[in-house]
Parts: sequence; structure tokens; C-alpha cells
Amino acid sequence: MLKGRLSGFVFQLLAFVLALVFVSLILIAAKASPMEAYKNMITGSVGSMRKFAEVLVTFVPLLLVTAGLLITFSAGLWNIGVEGQIVLGAIGTAWVFRQFVDSTLPAGLIITLAILGGMAFGALWASFAGALKTFGGVNEIFGGLGLNFVSTALTLYLIFGPWKREGVASMSGTEPFPDHFSLPQLPDLRISLWALGIALVGVVIVYFILQGTYFGLKLKAVGKNFRAAYLLGIPTWQYSMYSFLICGALAGAAGAIQVAAVYHRLIPSISSGYGYLGLMVAMLINYQAIWAIPVALFFAALNIGSIQLPIVMKLDSSLAGVLQGVLVLFVLLMEGVRQKFVKKA
Amino acid sequence: MNVELKNIHKHFGKVHANKGINLNIPSGTIQGILGENGAGKSTLMKILSGFIQADSGSEIILDGKSVTIDSPADAIHHGVGMLHQDPLDFPPMKVLDNFILGRFTGGLFPNRKEATQDFNLLAKEFDFSFDPESYVDSLTVGERQQLEIMRLLWLGARVLILDEPTTGISASQKSKLFSTLKKLPEQAMTIIFVSHKLEDVESLCDQVAVLQAGELVGEMKPPFNTSKLVEMMFGKVVTLGERQPVLTNETMLELKNVSLEDVRLKIKNVDLNLCAGEVIGLAGMEGSGQGMFIRACAGLVRPVGGRVKLKGQDLTGKSYHAYKNAGVNFLPAARLEEGLVPGLSLTDHFVLAEQPKGIFIDRVAGQKLAEDRIKSFNIRGTPLSMVESLSGGNQQRAELALLQDPLSLVLLEHPTRGLDIESVIYIWSKLKERCRQGASIIFISSDLEEILQYSDRVLVFFSGKVSPPIDAATTSVEQLGQLIGGKGWPEKGGSHA
Repeated sequence: MLKGRLSGFVFQLLAFVLALVFVSLILIAAKASPMEAYKNMITGSVGSMRKFAEVLVTFVPLLLVTAGLLITFSAGLWNIGVEGQIVLGAIGTAWVFRQFVDSTLPAGLIITLAILGGMAFGALWASFAGALKTFGGVNEIFGGLGLNFVSTALTLYLIFGPWKREGVASMSGTEPFPDHFSLPQLPDLRISLWALGIALVGVVIVYFILQGTYFGLKLKAVGKNFRAAYLLGIPTWQYSMYSFLICGALAGAAGAIQVAAVYHRLIPSISSGYGYLGLMVAMLINYQAIWAIPVALFFAALNIGSIQLPIVMKLDSSLAGVLQGVLVLFVLLMEGVRQKFVKKA
Repeated sequence: MNVELKNIHKHFGKVHANKGINLNIPSGTIQGILGENGAGKSTLMKILSGFIQADSGSEIILDGKSVTIDSPADAIHHGVGMLHQDPLDFPPMKVLDNFILGRFTGGLFPNRKEATQDFNLLAKEFDFSFDPESYVDSLTVGERQQLEIMRLLWLGARVLILDEPTTGISASQKSKLFSTLKKLPEQAMTIIFVSHKLEDVESLCDQVAVLQAGELVGEMKPPFNTSKLVEMMFGKVVTLGERQPVLTNETMLELKNVSLEDVRLKIKNVDLNLCAGEVIGLAGMEGSGQGMFIRACAGLVRPVGGRVKLKGQDLTGKSYHAYKNAGVNFLPAARLEEGLVPGLSLTDHFVLAEQPKGIFIDRVAGQKLAEDRIKSFNIRGTPLSMVESLSGGNQQRAELALLQDPLSLVLLEHPTRGLDIESVIYIWSKLKERCRQGASIIFISSDLEEILQYSDRVLVFFSGKVSPPIDAATTSVEQLGQLIGGKGWPEKGGSHA
């Protein structure tokens, strides 16, 4: 057991090193210094308080999405539709805000309602993918992917249609909401401790669901062997649906925070690819909730750290994505190598 | 083509599936291969057709030349083609495309025109009627076999292996198949016909070889002596241990006029009254309907007709979970596929099987529960052992330990398959304990001795036909063997009272 864990760690470390070497080779091929690039990425992410706050702004939705995906992965489901669930969360929050624009209710209550509305919208959107899977036999990957496109179209329709700005609609999004509709932020920084708190609470709840509850245990049984779980008396399709609802609610919360604490309006690509990034984080941590926080933080740092690469080094900022993708691939690859290695030994 | 198998050995891990088989099949012969499940028939045929490779030292000689066959493509190159029990074709594709597949003539595009000509010529020769442009999923199983035979011949097969070809096809298709097969030896083709159906083998084959437990135990030429064949297939009857029937008059399970259907089989109008404490063994070659029958008793297969009652409660058409709540448990044969959840520990399994209420897992209670069960079921493992790390026997014990308490009906598929004798005795002692507590048992086994030893009554299945309940105390391996092989069935009116 210990030997298994140790070898797992060694191989993951090896995967990390190999990923760095691989990306370095790409950089050398592009006639750039890998060392300088990595240095820039580090200073760009943790070089100042302001930069680190930006990392946290990215970290919050990423962590929420990853937490949600841990639930669907535990149930054996590939919830690719998470991206659309973020979008619907943002739409839901924006919708609630619009209902209360002229309201005299306390701002705290309105924001709470808006975030809950976002979670409900996200869960509803996820339930579509779940229903398609359970009742229609549509694989959740295809259903989710389709729903992602629909969610994008829905955002554009709202921004250019019913929710368009006074005068002329634009890609910059809807009219910003009043200032008191935003989650309180730290002075001079864009990060809201409330948002950070919600994300941390989310991942802790998911951790306890998976580790300590009968619900989590049943969910894992369904994910690992649907048939045997059914024979053991677990209502299998219902549990699949529950996992979609929970994941959708968490993704919806991510979308809600994008509206309530980051953009203060609905913009066209409000999900910013956090859904897909969350899938990568979940795969990288091998679906272990306990690793979600450090790895999501690391990925957020890579994203923010690469922002200044185009200015400083004339490198495209997509380098972060390259590094993240390569890392996931190498970790999966090394896991395969490890299993062969262990089997032989 | 002359086929000679010399000293064929095959090990799968510890299992010795073929033990030095020697068989000589002269050109133009229809060779029958008989044997019960697990006798090594399929292994031998897979070796000859290149799906698996024999251990070193084994030799395959075709027309006097020693050959090594590394793959099915290699086999067909040497002239050996195999028709599998379930046709290995591509249902969403056209008949002609299926026909062309596997033939590599070079070039990017298949010559469809030439292939169509050949196809029509072959079809005419055998009196098959196909539209080459129709789709395979519109064909019956029998027609798909015909297509596959044509394809193999077109690919140049000189030896044709047929694995249980008469399962799932109609009587008229069977007679067509047989007349086709009888034409082939005239062209110096060799046919190897693998079956457990005595009647088919006897009416078709020029010589028969019988396998038992991996060994070739006998060969026979016509006229065939059926009871001798049965004896070779199932071995001699060993003396049975003491039987302890636990019977009551209380009806546990009542089947009335139950009919079942799947793609391959139809079971019609079965009636059965199972008493509390009674054990019924289901005998028959795999795929004869007993699997569907036991799943129907579990509520996993919905009957197309008739009623299912448990202790007088009508459960017809209810879900497995309703059956489970009524006290029915089903333990499937595929332990790691259906019975247990790989990746979860023994503790996790026991906790789940208790149908826990509440939110948070009580780890202390779970640990204690697991320790108790591990001890009382003699499982070699710890509460934290993952089920997939256990040996087969221990997985089986773990499955038994998952049975609810109290229980009315236990349904078991091959409860002791692959287990050592010590585990078998232990598992049955646990099951008999359940009977004494008033539970009834229905189990499937391909081991006739196990069936005779532990059942009170036996149902034999043959191609969806169900025998009347046979008293296990007065029947014999011989009689069951005949029924399993399709002999001694009443001509019409397969249902019973």
C-alpha cells in the first residue's frame, strides 16, 4: 500500500519534470529562453500582492468547478457540460440582479439571492445533461457539449437582445450592475474574501461528502460499478442525477461569482474556459478532493503568470495552457507506465 | 485439408485448459467435438484458429506441414476459418461490405463488382438468398451464419470450424446449414463441429472426439452410442455425500405460466412452486435459458407473460429493488463485473449492503461489522482490502457475506465455479444454514455433481426448453447429461405442471 503510494508520488514527480522539459524544448524551438519564461511566470503570478490577488480571482471559480467535477467524476460521469453550467450560473445571477435593480431590499440579501439563483440555474442546466443521459441514452459528453453551445448562444442572445445596453448592444456585455450589487472586495485589490470563502467552503463540503457520508460512498459505488451498485440496492440513476445537480450548482456558483465579484455584468465568454480547466485539474489530482486546492491554485498562477509574457518576451500567453495540458498528459502517461511497472514487479 | 493436432497444451495461469490433446482429422471429414462447459473445446478451437497460441511443444500439422498460427488472419492464410457462436460481423454495415472485409487484395478500393459476382455465385451454389446491398442487422442469426460461411470459403478456408452453430437458429435454417455442411467434404474440405448437442453431432458427424477437463477422453465413429458419449462427457458418477433436505410445506416462490424472451431464446409457460427451505439446481449448457430464468426470479428480467409471486405477494413486473425489499437476493457469476465494486474496500461493501440510513458514515460500526463478517465468513482479507485484491474464493465468500438477513430467496449463479473443494464445502454449509432459517435457494451450476449433491429438485434447460422438476435423489448424472444434450425431451408441449 505504502509502496504503491510512494511509487505514485515518484512517477508524478517524474511526470512534472518531463512536462517542464517538454515545454522547455518547445520554447527553445521558438528561440526563447525557458528559464526566463518560467521566471516571468513566477514573478507574474506571485511577484506582488496585486498579482497574487489576480491569481486568487482565477482560483475561486476554478476551485468551485473542480469541486463540482469531483462529484460527477466520483459518479463515473464526464460532465463536459460544466462549461455551460458556469454560463447558466452567470445568467441566473444576472437575471436575479435585474429583478432587484430598483429594489430597496438590503444589498446583502439581494446578492445572496443572486448567487443562489445562479446555483439553481447551473443545477437546472446540469439536470438537462443528466436527463438526456438517464432517459434519452445520450452520453453525457455529447449532451454536455451540445448544451455548452446552446449556453453560449443564449448569452449572446441576451446581451444583444432583451438585456442589451441602452442605445447600442456590444460585445462588452450588458449594462454594469449598480456598485452595491458586488461582493465586497479588499481595498485596491480585485479579490473578494467572500468569494474566496464560498469556494473554500464548497471544496470542503465536497471533501466531506466524498469522504464521510453514505451519500458519497453510494456515489462512488455507482461510479465504479453501476451494475453492482444496482444489485447492492442503490438507486443508481437517481444518484447520477444528484451528482449532476450538485456539480451544476457548484459550477453555477462559479458563474455567479464571475458576475457578482469580477465582471459586474454579463459578458459573452463569462465562463472563460474554467470548466475545461477544471476537468484538467480533476484529472491531474486523480479525483482526490484533498489535492484540489493546491493544484487549482497552481493552475490559476500559471494562467495569471503568463499574462505578461507577450509584453516582456513576445511569447503568446497561451503558454500557460500548453504547460497545463502537457502536464496532465504526462501525469496520465506516467500513471499508465507506473501500472505496467507495478504489474511486472 | 488434413488436420493433425499433436500434444496440444495450454495453460491460463494455473489452469491447465488443454492437456496434451492429440487428434487426427483426415481431409473431407466432419469431425464432432463434444464436451461440457470448461472441457477445453473452445480453447482447442481458438488455438487452431489463431485467437490464442498453444504452449510450446504443441504442434499443428496441416496437410503434413507443421505450421505456427499467430493470429486469425494467419489461420485463414493457412486455410483455417472459424465461425463463432456469436457471429463476428458488423451489423450496421452492408452484407457485401461484410463479405469483402478481411480479404486483402491490395489497392485502396475494394473491387465491389468482382466481389458481387463471387458473392452471387457462392450464394447460388449453396442455395442461400441474400441481397448483397441489404444491411446485416436486418438478417437473422442463421442468415448471418450463412454469410459468414460464404465469407470464410471465399477467403480460401479449407478447414471450417463451427462453434455451437445450431444455437439460436430455426429448425429449417439448421437443416439448411447441415445440408450445406454435408456438401463441403466432397470438395476435400474439413469441418470441425463443436457442440454439446448430441443429436446434432450424431446426425452430422463422421467421427466424434470427446473432451473432458482438458483431456481427450475418447473418440467414436458411427453408429454412435449415446449413453457412452454422455458418460465420456460428464465422467463417472461419484458417490454422493449425505444429503440433508430441509423442506417445508410453505410456498416461497410461485411461478405461474411465466414466459421469458430475449434476442436468442424464448422460454414458454413455466410453472414452478418452490417451498421454503428448498434448493433447486438449474442445469444446462451455458446460454440455454437458465441465466434468463434466474434473473426473472430476481426481477432483473421482466417476464413477457405470467405471474411471479413471493410468499403470496405478487411481484410481477416489479423492479429488482422491490424484489430485494421482499427478501430476494441475487449473486451473479461475474463477481467483479456485477457482484462487487472494484475500488471499494470490504468495509465499504458491508456498509452499503446494510442499506444505511443517516448522513455520516459510522466508521467504528463499519469497521466492527467488517471484522465480524470477515471472521464468520472466513474471508482472507482485512476490512480495508479492496475487493479486487481478493482471490476468487474470497470474493465469493465476500459476496455471500453481503446477503441480507433475513432472507426469503437466494439466487446464485455458479456459486462455486473455480473454487477449491474446501471453499465449496464452506460456501454450501453457509447456504444450507440459510435454508434451515427458512430461505429457499435457486442456483445455476455446470457441475452436475454439485447439482445432484445440493439440490432437492433439478430443472434442466435446453435451448429455452425447461424440464419438469426432477427429484435429485432419484436421477443420475447420466439422465441429466442426456437432457442437457437435448435427448429424452418430450416432442411437443414443453411446459410442465
